[in-house]
Amino acid sequence: MKYYRGKNYVGLLYISPWIAGFLLFKLYPFVMSFIYSFTRFSILDKPVFIGLENYIYMFTKDKLFFPALKATLAYVFMTVPMKISFALFVAMLLNMKLRAINIFRTAYYLPSIFGGSVAVSVLWRFLFMKEGIVNKFLGLFGIKAVDWLGNPDIALFTVSLLAVWQFGSSMVIFLAGLKQIPNELYEAAIVDGASRIRKFFSITLPMISPVMFFNLVMQTINAFQEFTGPYVITGGGPMNATYVYSILVYDNAFRYFRMGYSSALSWVLFLLIMIFTALLFRSSSYWTYYEDGGK
Amino acid sequence: MNTVALHRKKVKMIRDGTTKALLYAFLVLFGIFMVYPLLWIIGASFKPNNEIFKTISIFPSKVVLDSYVKGWQGTGQYTFGTFMINSFKLVIPVIIFTIISSTLVAYGFARFNFPLKSFLFGLMIATLMLPDSVTLIPRYILFNNFGWVDSYLPFIVPALFASHSFFIFMMVQFLRGLPKELEESATIDGCNSFQTLIKILVPLCKPAIISMTIFQFIWTWNDFLNPLIYINSVNKYTVALGLRMSIDGTSVIHWNQIMAMTVIAMLPSIIIFFLAQKYFVEGIATTGLKG
Repeated sequence: MKYYRGKNYVGLLYISPWIAGFLLFKLYPFVMSFIYSFTRFSILDKPVFIGLENYIYMFTKDKLFFPALKATLAYVFMTVPMKISFALFVAMLLNMKLRAINIFRTAYYLPSIFGGSVAVSVLWRFLFMKEGIVNKFLGLFGIKAVDWLGNPDIALFTVSLLAVWQFGSSMVIFLAGLKQIPNELYEAAIVDGASRIRKFFSITLPMISPVMFFNLVMQTINAFQEFTGPYVITGGGPMNATYVYSILVYDNAFRYFRMGYSSALSWVLFLLIMIFTALLFRSSSYWTYYEDGGK
Repeated sequence: MNTVALHRKKVKMIRDGTTKALLYAFLVLFGIFMVYPLLWIIGASFKPNNEIFKTISIFPSKVVLDSYVKGWQGTGQYTFGTFMINSFKLVIPVIIFTIISSTLVAYGFARFNFPLKSFLFGLMIATLMLPDSVTLIPRYILFNNFGWVDSYLPFIVPALFASHSFFIFMMVQFLRGLPKELEESATIDGCNSFQTLIKILVPLCKPAIISMTIFQFIWTWNDFLNPLIYINSVNKYTVALGLRMSIDGTSVIHWNQIMAMTVIAMLPSIIIFFLAQKYFVEGIATTGLKG
């Protein structure tokens, strides 16, 4: 900046709280969790170096590791596509020039403000209990009561519906993206006689692909770490059907105080998230469209 | 020819009208579907216990208030009031320190040049995507060594150090959108950079600061995992922990009391949302999009 000529280091002074915070609360724990992952460490004693033992144990002996991995992947593959397609669909409806759109936007966003709180998880438990009102509602149409939380084949789906219900912030981001698509593109398409479906695939989707990418990355990272929903609604059950990875990490760290082992677990999760994010980034050059060529 | 064209136009208008009506009907139905669970639990919290799971109706046949009175008193030594006060004791300092630290840091990034700036900025953005779970355990061990477990310091101190990159990023985006002329004239008038920030920029940043306040409030208020890890004593429990204890603790379940306390736990977020809706949407849209 011209008007702060010569005071190059003033900026560093302003960002110094973040630098200190980054080193202490992000970088240090990040490095340490890698180091702890090669140790046996119960927090009371000093960590003991045991090489790859934690990782070997994880893949060969821990009976909960693969179920947790499976539950988490299933959760991610259910939640993210459902949430994103829902958010996009609703955002497109809201983007049509209609009156009172703010009221609808408010109503659709409202569930999202509770995030991953205990309160909505408790609510979910009440809604999907065997005698809960979801079954009462289905009963009106003659559908037999479903054991939403007790059936191991459905429980994870029920839990993931909670996250889908909270599609609000993705919706708002999509809506902002849709508003930026220049109208001329659609007008030109109408002149060319393009159908609705054609307009969606040839204009809407390419134009919002960067927003889609952002939503996908953030939602995937979040879904991999989901904890409160499965922990409060079903407690990981029935038969470990909702025992997601974060519960596995939590139990090992804070119930059994195996800090070394749970660090190893969290590194595997971290690598998994990185692989998925990297895949998204790699693939994005094929399906995202930037007007400025992505610079 | 003319009448045919006119007729066609009429048909088109009617068709557009029907599409619109259908669309509205769908939006309304979908809205009810989205909000119904929330309305239901509010209604259910006023119902007598034996009525709750009988119908899907929102409205109680007879309004009962003792669910709130008894639920608030709780079963143990501490009332729900204790948990509410605790939550505020945790949330308010976190919000204040987040605002101060994030604004300072964002100002540094948005208005100054310094060595390694783009590297540091990239690092800050990268931490946005760093999963919390990978730093969770060593951070716990660190705070445990500091003797901070079972206090609110593990929440408050990181806020002092601008640990939420999201807010720094949001503020940087906002500052970049502000014209620099005012600051330039303030400098000519002899203000130093800090005075410029306080006197000129902070008043202009009010919308961003409000967005920051509501997001931080809602995230910290609803947070469950961190309080679960760091807070052990019941007298320090936050609302989230208190609520979770009440669903696990009661053997003879008084549904309506739990629902009443669930509603109480949601209430602050709802109030804030309706007071500051505009800032919610803007906050998400600006940070999300320009990312």
